[in-house]
Amino acid sequence: MTLLEARRIEKAFGRTRALRGVSVAIGSGEIVAITGPSGSGKSTLLHCLSGIMCPETGEVHYDGRRIDTLDEAARTRLRREAFGVVFQFGRLVPELTAAENVALPLLFGGNGREESATVARAWLERMDALDVADARPGELSGGQLQRVAVARALVTGPKVVFADEPTGALDSVAGERVLGLLLEAARVNGSTVVIVTHDNRVAAHADREIVVRDGAAAGVVV
Amino acid sequence: MLDRLFIECIFACMSTGHILLGLLTERPKHGYELKREHDDRLPGVKPIAYGQVYATLQRLERDGKVAVSGTAKEGGPERTVYEITGDGADEVHRWLAEIEPPAPYVSSALFVRVVLALIAEGTADGYLLRQRAAHLERMRELTARKNTAGISAGELLATDYALYHLDADLRWLETARQRIDELTQEIRT
Ligand SMILES: Nc1ncnc2c1ncn2[C@@H]1O[C@H](COP(=O)(O)OP(=O)(O)OP(=O)(O)O)[C@@H](O)[C@H]1O
Ligand SMILES: [Mg+2]
Repeated sequence: MTLLEARRIEKAFGRTRALRGVSVAIGSGEIVAITGPSGSGKSTLLHCLSGIMCPETGEVHYDGRRIDTLDEAARTRLRREAFGVVFQFGRLVPELTAAENVALPLLFGGNGREESATVARAWLERMDALDVADARPGELSGGQLQRVAVARALVTGPKVVFADEPTGALDSVAGERVLGLLLEAARVNGSTVVIVTHDNRVAAHADREIVVRDGAAAGVVV
Repeated sequence: MLDRLFIECIFACMSTGHILLGLLTERPKHGYELKREHDDRLPGVKPIAYGQVYATLQRLERDGKVAVSGTAKEGGPERTVYEITGDGADEVHRWLAEIEPPAPYVSSALFVRVVLALIAEGTADGYLLRQRAAHLERMRELTARKNTAGISAGELLATDYALYHLDADLRWLETARQRIDELTQEIRT
């Protein structure tokens, strides 16, 4: 069953045509890798699929509902309720501790302060990052930042996890560990996972690969 | 599935003799024991035939690298036990002090296919995508293997070895795609 779908979407930044008519369909519970060379439009595609951006033409559907025509507030609500995102460059709030960063989506979702803090710590523990719970992002290593970012994306038990180069800056053993934790947690949650990566070894963890070239899906490799 | 994981290429430059001598540095062993240890401790390497173990031991004995140290009987038939000699030990350590020559696989099968696809069919696009899919599928199988519970450290490393090599091929395929216009020009002139 298709859970998430883009139909011939196009997106430009000024004169740069980042997406030139991409169509993809992602099934419920699938783990999909989006691969392609640098600048090919992977992050842009992920942002359009997750409702962070809207394409200029084409359509994006989630769970039988068109989402690219929703207003900003409705898309924000959808993201909070159903999606978790690990951004390419972490994007943690620098003034907050790791635990506070992880608790943030829960607080936004209307959960109590204490309960949110407890759940956040449990997720940091699952990500092997409880030891840095009280540190601020500026004090963390690349690997620790990524663990915290993954915990923040998973803390609400999202239906879909979007991860943009979640193991980007890591050496292989540490990267595999973070990826393993992410996929294991997603499996327990029953989440669908969309991972953007330029690393073939990361792509090999997915059920399926979508290759993006010059803003178009070049080959959907099963 | 195991039979598809052989990493035969890395053994082109080393002999069965060296492997058996290496295993005998621990203690004397009989031929069947050597076969079992070879297969268990070098996962991902093509299993050795018992006949080959036997023939190699005879050659090593003739060359003074191993000697018969007795017989063993564990329920089954009586087996000849071999021990390593001083010469044999010297040979192993000499071999371990060497390195494998970094192989310059300039004319790999993938490269040949790309060139011939351009010559005979005018395009390699289809081939590049199909080869990518095949390589990635293989990497998926190996990755799934790595994630099976109770995998040994040896098997994990052997699987990683295969994964890194397939990854190198995939990166080369992507480079080939990006340089295909230059190559096409060159072939047509
Ligand atoms: N906010 C933006 N403003 C202007 N141009 C942008 C913006 N975001 C992306 N682009 C451009 O769109 C194209 C696709 O960018 P995108 O970030 O989607 O690529 P990518 O495949 O994720 O690359 P990488 O692997 O390097 O992360 C690039 O040419 C990029 O410069
Ligand atoms: Mg990107």
